[in-house]
Amino acid sequence: MSILQLKDVNTFYGGIHALKGISISVEKGEIVTLIGSNGAGKSTTLKTISGQVMPKTGSVIYEGKDISKQPAHLTAQTGIAHVPEGRRIFPRLTVKENLEMGAFIVKDKRIVKERMEKVFQYFPRLQERLSQKGGTMSGGEQQMLAIGRALMSKPRLLLLDEPSMGLAPVIVEQIFDIISDLNKEGMTILLVEQNAYQALQVAHRGYVIQTGEIVMAGQGQELITNEQVREAYLA
Amino acid sequence: MLAEILQTLPQVLVDGLALGAIYAVIALGYTMVYGILELINFAHGEIFMTGAFIGVAMLILMTGLGWLAAMPAILALILVLVVTSILTGFMGVGIERMAYRPLRNSPKLITLISAIGVSFLLQDLVRFITEYKRGNYILTGPSMFNEQFAIKFSSISSSFSDAFFKTSTLILIISVVIMMVGLDFFVNKTKWGMAMRAVAQDRETASLMSINVNKVISLTFFIGSALGGATGVLFAVQYGTIDPYIGFILGLKAFTAAVLGGIGNIRGAMAGGIMLGLLEMFAAANLQLLTGGIFGAEYKDVFAFAILIIVLIFKPEGLFGKAVTEKV
Ligand SMILES: Nc1ncnc2c1ncn2[C@@H]1O[C@H](COP(=O)(O)OP(=O)(O)OP(=O)(O)O)[C@@H](O)[C@H]1O
Ligand SMILES: [Mg+2]
Repeated sequence: MSILQLKDVNTFYGGIHALKGISISVEKGEIVTLIGSNGAGKSTTLKTISGQVMPKTGSVIYEGKDISKQPAHLTAQTGIAHVPEGRRIFPRLTVKENLEMGAFIVKDKRIVKERMEKVFQYFPRLQERLSQKGGTMSGGEQQMLAIGRALMSKPRLLLLDEPSMGLAPVIVEQIFDIISDLNKEGMTILLVEQNAYQALQVAHRGYVIQTGEIVMAGQGQELITNEQVREAYLA
Repeated sequence: MLAEILQTLPQVLVDGLALGAIYAVIALGYTMVYGILELINFAHGEIFMTGAFIGVAMLILMTGLGWLAAMPAILALILVLVVTSILTGFMGVGIERMAYRPLRNSPKLITLISAIGVSFLLQDLVRFITEYKRGNYILTGPSMFNEQFAIKFSSISSSFSDAFFKTSTLILIISVVIMMVGLDFFVNKTKWGMAMRAVAQDRETASLMSINVNKVISLTFFIGSALGGATGVLFAVQYGTIDPYIGFILGLKAFTAAVLGGIGNIRGAMAGGIMLGLLEMFAAANLQLLTGGIFGAEYKDVFAFAILIIVLIFKPEGLFGKAVTEKV
């Protein structure tokens, strides 16, 4: 059974029809990527899943339960962590506080500490910057912090919105390595990217979204070699 | 001239500190709500006023029942402060729920109008009830903590006069310090305080951290309104007479203090309030002298606000501004 399934989801912003009948699924243990150009509806798809926007019709099934009308703070409590586009670090909280925010519902301080140690294994840089304000970190560090913060909730499904945006190639490489490592340790990931080539490289499967509709789906390698995909997104 | 200013300086400091303490706590309420909703909660001055009325009503009631004579005055005051702050705290939560939350996604100007509406409503409600019960909307509480003390500044140097203060001034300043230190601790050192800061910085992302944003907003209104209400009680005890319109001008000044300190910045609001109180009292004592008799003490507000405008021209983000420049 899929860990996540979107069935014919329609999402609107006022009169703007942003998602026009999206259906996708993510299996446990997979990396699935959603690629598409600006304004295609990638972020809206993730927001619809995490409850930041509500779909007008259609359903979002997570672990067998329809969460399409569930507010974001409750969805976050059920094991979905959403790393938003542009990282959205709390700029005037320290790195440590940002991480603690990720584990907000965890009452036991020891568990918070353990999880933080785990995050430092992925991102040693964060440990050196614990008392620095989030907003003063570099773009790459902020992305690491955003992913680290999401890991603090020990999610079963990780939603990543353009983690490579605006980063130097070396850092992008690192981020994709970590995505891959996380997945090898069992994390299920839905990855939104404009960096289609690298996304399709790490992903098991991919969907191509265009003006609110899924226009193509397939294995990662399959999509990389697909003529239309190459022309539109890999040129 | 300098000699005369120095003479009165000790008294200016004491009075300025007392008034500034009041501005500071009310400024906190404005700045907390602004920080989280970018809304100027115009009704906050009226919450302060309502707190003053609830407090005085309780004190009058307790006098009538003979309780005030039966227990230590300080205990009675603490009781009144606690009850009043709980009541005004819930009042603030209710106002947000009914008057602001339904407008959360409309333009800020609309919510501001709603806030002004709540202000008038509270003024009239308090006036109506007080007039109905007492035949007059100006209320004078039982006289408490009126013992006078002198601080012997003259013994330090003969260029100073002694400063006088009442027990109530001392209670006011101590209570305000406790409230400020308590709030500062709460906001900076506790989990829910951290949630408040997170919601203020990025509401959408805070909700992704499992934080119930509405709950945090309610909590913010509760704390700001509870502190504002308690300050109303302290104001009534300090100055004796209250009316339903004390919240308007005081609220306006406290709001200015919040802007002076950097709106949204809690420590800034504290500092801004104290500064405004000191400036105002300094002007009241010395304007006549400074202007050669052209302007009297009644122009103290003009003087204080002129200084504020000058400060804001040079530091538009307020004295304390936002702590960090943000990278986007
Ligand atoms: N808050 C909003 N209000 C109105 N329209 C919106 C809003 N957010 C997104 N849209 C519109 O919905 C459509 C999909 O936007 P979305 O942000 O999901 O695109 P995207 O694929 O993530 O693009 P990008 O790669 O630029 O991030 C766009 O047409 C966009 O203009
Ligand atoms: Mg996007």
